[in-house]
Amino acid sequence: MRTAERPRWRGLAAAGVVHGAALAVLGAFAWILGDLLVAGLGQVDWAFLTAPPQDAGRAGGVGPILASTGILLAICLVVAVPLGLGAAIFLAEFTPAEGRLGRLVRRSLDVLAGVPSIVFGLFGNVLFCKTLGLGFSLLSGGLTLACMALPLIIRTAEASLRAVPPGLRQSAVALGMSRTSVVRHLLLPAAAPGLLAGFVLGVGRALAETAALIFTSGYVDRLPESILDSGRALSVHIYDLSMNVPGGDHRAAASALVLVVALLAINGASALAMGRFGRRLGAR
Amino acid sequence: MLSAVIVLAIFGLVLAEAAPLIARVGPAAFFTDAGWQPTSGRFNLSPMLWGTLLTAAGALLLAGPVGVLTAVHGRFYAPPAWARVQRRVVELLAGIPSVVYGFWGLTVLVPLIARLAPPGPSLLAGILVLALMILPTVTLLADAALAAVPAEQLQGAAALGLGRWATVRGVALPAARAGIGTGVLLALGRAVGETMAVLMVCGNVVQVPESLADPVRTLAANVALEMAYAMGDHRAALFVAGALLTALAALLVALAAVVGRRHAHG
Amino acid sequence: MSLRLEAVGLGLAYRGRAAFAGVDLAMEPGTLTAVVGPSGCGKTSFLACLNRLDELVPGAAVQGRVLLDGADVRGPAVDVVGLRRRVGMIFQRPTPFPLSIRRNLDLPLREHGVRDRAERAARAEAALRDVGLWAEVKDRLDRPALALSGGQQQRLCIARALALRPEVLLLDEPCSALDPLASGVVEDLVRDLGARFTRVVVTHNLAQARRIADQVAVFWVRDGVGRLVEVGPTAAIFEDPQDPDTAAYVRGIRG
Repeated sequence: MRTAERPRWRGLAAAGVVHGAALAVLGAFAWILGDLLVAGLGQVDWAFLTAPPQDAGRAGGVGPILASTGILLAICLVVAVPLGLGAAIFLAEFTPAEGRLGRLVRRSLDVLAGVPSIVFGLFGNVLFCKTLGLGFSLLSGGLTLACMALPLIIRTAEASLRAVPPGLRQSAVALGMSRTSVVRHLLLPAAAPGLLAGFVLGVGRALAETAALIFTSGYVDRLPESILDSGRALSVHIYDLSMNVPGGDHRAAASALVLVVALLAINGASALAMGRFGRRLGAR
Repeated sequence: MLSAVIVLAIFGLVLAEAAPLIARVGPAAFFTDAGWQPTSGRFNLSPMLWGTLLTAAGALLLAGPVGVLTAVHGRFYAPPAWARVQRRVVELLAGIPSVVYGFWGLTVLVPLIARLAPPGPSLLAGILVLALMILPTVTLLADAALAAVPAEQLQGAAALGLGRWATVRGVALPAARAGIGTGVLLALGRAVGETMAVLMVCGNVVQVPESLADPVRTLAANVALEMAYAMGDHRAALFVAGALLTALAALLVALAAVVGRRHAHG
Repeated sequence: MSLRLEAVGLGLAYRGRAAFAGVDLAMEPGTLTAVVGPSGCGKTSFLACLNRLDELVPGAAVQGRVLLDGADVRGPAVDVVGLRRRVGMIFQRPTPFPLSIRRNLDLPLREHGVRDRAERAARAEAALRDVGLWAEVKDRLDRPALALSGGQQQRLCIARALALRPEVLLLDEPCSALDPLASGVVEDLVRDLGARFTRVVVTHNLAQARRIADQVAVFWVRDGVGRLVEVGPTAAIFEDPQDPDTAAYVRGIRG
């Protein structure tokens, strides 16, 4: 019996450590979110969401900033979704999983996903602002965001296309259907929830982004008049308020709360879409 | 195809901006110059490189074990329903923007540290915030790796009468080693490239820190801080920093791929 | 109208490794040929070659010829889409598209240029009647096909192929993923389609082959390569097998 004692002790100690780690993680995040709620909740109302900022953001709201953010995301999506979908269809349907071209593309996607966002900012600054002459503008920022979101969109879209059972493809071909119509009529509808989830994740990544936007879409907190105007994203607003505006912390907290809630909603929607996707395929 | 073009374009453009300066002052200048006074022609990036490496390594030391243990908790200790909730929560945390972590660090963590070990904005603050940021990454990837351990192996261990911890340590963790390694490397990549959160809590003094309470500046933070007004050689030096960061991140991705591949072969 | 299908010296290799080789087999119009043999002997690969479905697999190389009504299906003038309309194929697992029952039948017809809506509906109904599914589904044509039972799904897949008015039907173990009752229904259906189609059925179920086939082709692995070791009328193969492997195989089931 004595020999059995030691492992049991060790097991109990280990269990304590494991439970402790999990609790610590959840506790830390409860702390962060709780702080945000306490500091921000009292200030967020309809006026805050629609009014322009005043006194460098210490007072007023985030209306124009939300508008800029929305435009940035729209530009990002308009560019990244067709490109990403095209690339994913190409990868999933026209290159073998183990082929050389497919491997090369996938490898470069992995690298792209690992490139720090600040480097995307440098890249966007050179290419869109300087070389293409778009200046600090929503268009530059949106295009930079599109480059960042692309790897995520392509990989999730490819995965959901590949998750469509191969039997479906085979029997469609055996019925003499052409490749394009297999893709259009069968694969895209079957993979739709997964594709949607990928787009939503891409939006989430773009919405969370700050570093890449500071020197592509700029700082201006007015309501932009065109997509060639500079505009301030919500995340940049938080950064600016907390770092550069003494006394801006309260409004920063409120803005952070808005951003986090928006992101949670987006991620929740994506999880929901994925769940439906799983069930749809599971029904086979 | 497109993605390969974008990767090349990024490397190409960043290097093109950096190359003239590198060619003129030589690559060694960025590590041996007397300091970082880019407007006076001194381009020593090494304090910032140290700042990047120290914050990232510190964050990994904290987040690595805690993240793996949290994943173990979810897979082997928690009741399934609770584990599902926990996983969902961690997924959501992975989506929280870095600027929010930075803001929280700045308003909560930094004043706390300032009371214990002034001035507050410091290497320690950077490590803590970064650790929180990469925790979800580590946890999710470790969780996926543990989930991929064949059930037969776990049942085999249970059939031998191994306890829960013995099963985890003896069977599950070794079997998931490669997957966990990949996750840790990817998390490290994220830590190296992180800008905003670190920028907001580290104090941004260009120096090699002597203690955890000293402020530091990382490569990424340096770019974000100075890019807005940098001109000429100064601007080019920031692109050198960007190129260095990209190389570090690409190296980590490549390492992760190697580790992952070894996993696939055995 | 059913057509004569003939394999001449047919073989298939994946990345240089032969799956089966040197198969000469004639399938007369309106007959049912059962292809039997142990797993891994190249039966399914053989079937895939008959309507060029092997082209879906990268690294697959075909030798020999497949003659449909005397013309090589791999000939330069052959349009592969038209070939697959004429040579329908049914797979082991039912593969209805994740669409409504109606769209499952409609989509391939449209793809093959049947523009008229009413005609598509008529052909879909005729095909559903042929497989005995019309009474069961006529009130829920717009429900998802995946909600049908396994046996119904498989019959829907057969109807989907029939709606294209093929001349040859290839069936790859069409009953093996179904429960015994549904399996019996599909088996009877395949037999009763009768002389309208030339049918080739891959099966591992010898009793089934004996019940439905006019002709039985036995595949066997020789030196790592699938070969056609014996072919003949069903009765001859079961009562008086010439090849020793065939004899053992047939006896094993009998005993």
